Amino acid sequence: MPKSQVVSIHPVTRIEGQARVDIHLDESGRVSDARVAISALRGFEQFVIGRPAEEIPRIVSRICGICPWMHHLAAVKAVDGCFGAVPPPTGQLLRELCQVIAHIHDKILHFFFLAAPDFVLGPDGDYSVRNIMGLVRQEPELAARVARMRQLGQAMLARFAGKSIHPVAGVAGGFSKPMLETERRELAADALVLLDFASFALDYAKRSVFSRFREELQSLGAITTGFLGAVDAQGNLRLYDGLLRLMRPDGSWVDFPASDYERHLAEQVEPWSYAKMVYAKSWGEGFSLNPAAPMGVYRVNTLARLNVCDQVATPRAQAELEDFRAQFGRPAQGTLLYHWARLIELVYACERTVELLADERITDPLVRTPAESKAGRGIGHVEAPRGTLIHDYSTDDNGCITRANLIVGTTHNIAPMNLSVRQAAASLICDGEVSESILNRIEMAIRAYDP
Amino acid sequence: MLPRLSFECLHGCSGCEMALLDCGEQLLGLFDRVEIVHFPLLMDHKYQNPLSGASDGEGEIILPEAEIGLVSGGVANTEQLQVARAMRAQCRTLISLGTCATHGGIPALRNQWTSEATLQTVFAYGSPEKALLPGEVPALLDRVYSVDEQVAVDVALPGCPPRPEMMLEVIEALLRRESPDLAHKSVCETCPVIRQGKGQGTMRRFLANADYDPEEPVDQMRCLLEQGLLCMGPVTAGGCGGRETPLCIRARVPCRGCYGPVRPGGNQLLDMMNGLASNGIDYRSLVDRKSLLRFSGGHGLLKPARNRKESN
Repeated sequence: MPKSQVVSIHPVTRIEGQARVDIHLDESGRVSDARVAISALRGFEQFVIGRPAEEIPRIVSRICGICPWMHHLAAVKAVDGCFGAVPPPTGQLLRELCQVIAHIHDKILHFFFLAAPDFVLGPDGDYSVRNIMGLVRQEPELAARVARMRQLGQAMLARFAGKSIHPVAGVAGGFSKPMLETERRELAADALVLLDFASFALDYAKRSVFSRFREELQSLGAITTGFLGAVDAQGNLRLYDGLLRLMRPDGSWVDFPASDYERHLAEQVEPWSYAKMVYAKSWGEGFSLNPAAPMGVYRVNTLARLNVCDQVATPRAQAELEDFRAQFGRPAQGTLLYHWARLIELVYACERTVELLADERITDPLVRTPAESKAGRGIGHVEAPRGTLIHDYSTDDNGCITRANLIVGTTHNIAPMNLSVRQAAASLICDGEVSESILNRIEMAIRAYDP
Repeated sequence: MLPRLSFECLHGCSGCEMALLDCGEQLLGLFDRVEIVHFPLLMDHKYQNPLSGASDGEGEIILPEAEIGLVSGGVANTEQLQVARAMRAQCRTLISLGTCATHGGIPALRNQWTSEATLQTVFAYGSPEKALLPGEVPALLDRVYSVDEQVAVDVALPGCPPRPEMMLEVIEALLRRESPDLAHKSVCETCPVIRQGKGQGTMRRFLANADYDPEEPVDQMRCLLEQGLLCMGPVTAGGCGGRETPLCIRARVPCRGCYGPVRPGGNQLLDMMNGLASNGIDYRSLVDRKSLLRFSGGHGLLKPARNRKESN
């Protein structure tokens, strides 16, 4: 006799973290609930306490080995705030340069290594082939180029800043070393190679991937939410700094400095996940994951940033944004459109790298203002590949941490990811019929968010 | 039949896996000569077949057999422990990959607190109420363990992350059925800075950059420890820069010990305190001495304070 049951996807794979999905089916085989649970907790907010604040950027980088630069730099900004340190302009430029370069490998990894097998090899393929190893066999030249380009982005960081994974060169008050002219020239040459690749990647995806999945781009895991990202005073897309822009589902927005985040955002704990969920407190509607009428839910990460910005300040990415908006409107809501937005951001990151390396201030030897350890509070923000990242520290008179609150990119997207998975499961599962292909399509909704 | 490789990431950050991908085309070449049977980051092999029957979410973890298994991350909750045991059972040679797996790594800093204290801080900061804690997730173990504290490990390959070339060398050696060559020398062995044999009497915090001429190569810079900056190079296993300059020193910042102790059973805190004392450096000028175990707090070295005032 049919009875209610739970189908689990454990672990969710080809994502950058540890998660499982539990799909609850009722007696009639309909989806009654579906949840994405984050099953690991490491406790950084606890174990940074008591430590000298200037050491924290080298500790919190280990929150994520894929985006360590993001945590590293949000942390140095927060420590700057605690100590009242103001980095010299070149210190900021070098930090931003490393941050945008660090976005490059991440986007290549995410699109080609993790997500592309679903599109290029097909969502219904054999799991043992539907992966980067399968891509190597089917498209060896593409796979080799992708691997080379990702490696190049990482090598640029390692060459200039010592370490690409778990960086050390961002320091309270600025940067640990200036850039020499010879270094600048070599990096600038590499940046052009990456920009060429980025343009190729987006063309390739539009031509050979997205065109074959027009329907899924708009329908798989589709939900309607608000969005959060960063813009400069002119409304241009920003990754390194800027104002936060919180957009409602209807497209209206408010801008606020990251230091005001607590007035706009709040966190909620759910018993089935170690990841707290963040919601838009300032909308005044509270928080609800009710799929029929979610409340307080917004999204972050690539699609969100392209929705909230008025324009992009670099030409190729701006042309792509215009094309994207002409097709999908603003705000675009389709969940798989995250991938398309990701590749537009890849183009932006490469263009911005070229731009920063052409800025003559980048080789100025003054890169750090000595800092003084003292009591204070600092809130650091950057836009990480996975979304708005906020580190909020307080220090005692000795400059040691007394309190830390971290809102990481993925946290904002936990609630929408749950809604998308529920939507995907409910629309794909009929009469309790579940197949590997259906389960993989549900995971595709998660992979779009790049958790 | 191709040799089978199996990968797992436990209580870590996927940085080891990123470093492996930094091998670029060389890694794709390796992948072509082996069969990857399990690698959640890159392929869709699951712990259970979700279609095999009603799952209550508590099912056992089933992993395929493999000639070589690589486990990154430490062991900090019940599910990670299950996975570590399954990997051990199924892999002929098991490699602990990265410092979390070999020594606990950064996450083992948690071991200075009880898991209850950590949950309270993370989920109810500043609230007098007991935190609303997630209950339907794998329970935390009492502390963060390195992999070898829980299951037998055949090869330990530390680093945060390990050097990409070294990972490939170790895998290639095992594929040839040879023992990988893992040297146990300190970071200072390949550090080219100028050492004059005497330093400052006290340590300063890293609030201003080291003294060096950026136009000059690293071998013209004075040893950072001798400049009065805490540099863990003397008590840390080397290899991060291959035979060349250690990576942090290239960025002109001091080593923080990310490869763990020079000898596998060593204690970076004791070794460093001894080193400072024998060079006449006042250890009291160090803030947060426990941080000398920043990367190696597993193996019971970092513990919660028991109702006694810590000296710092």
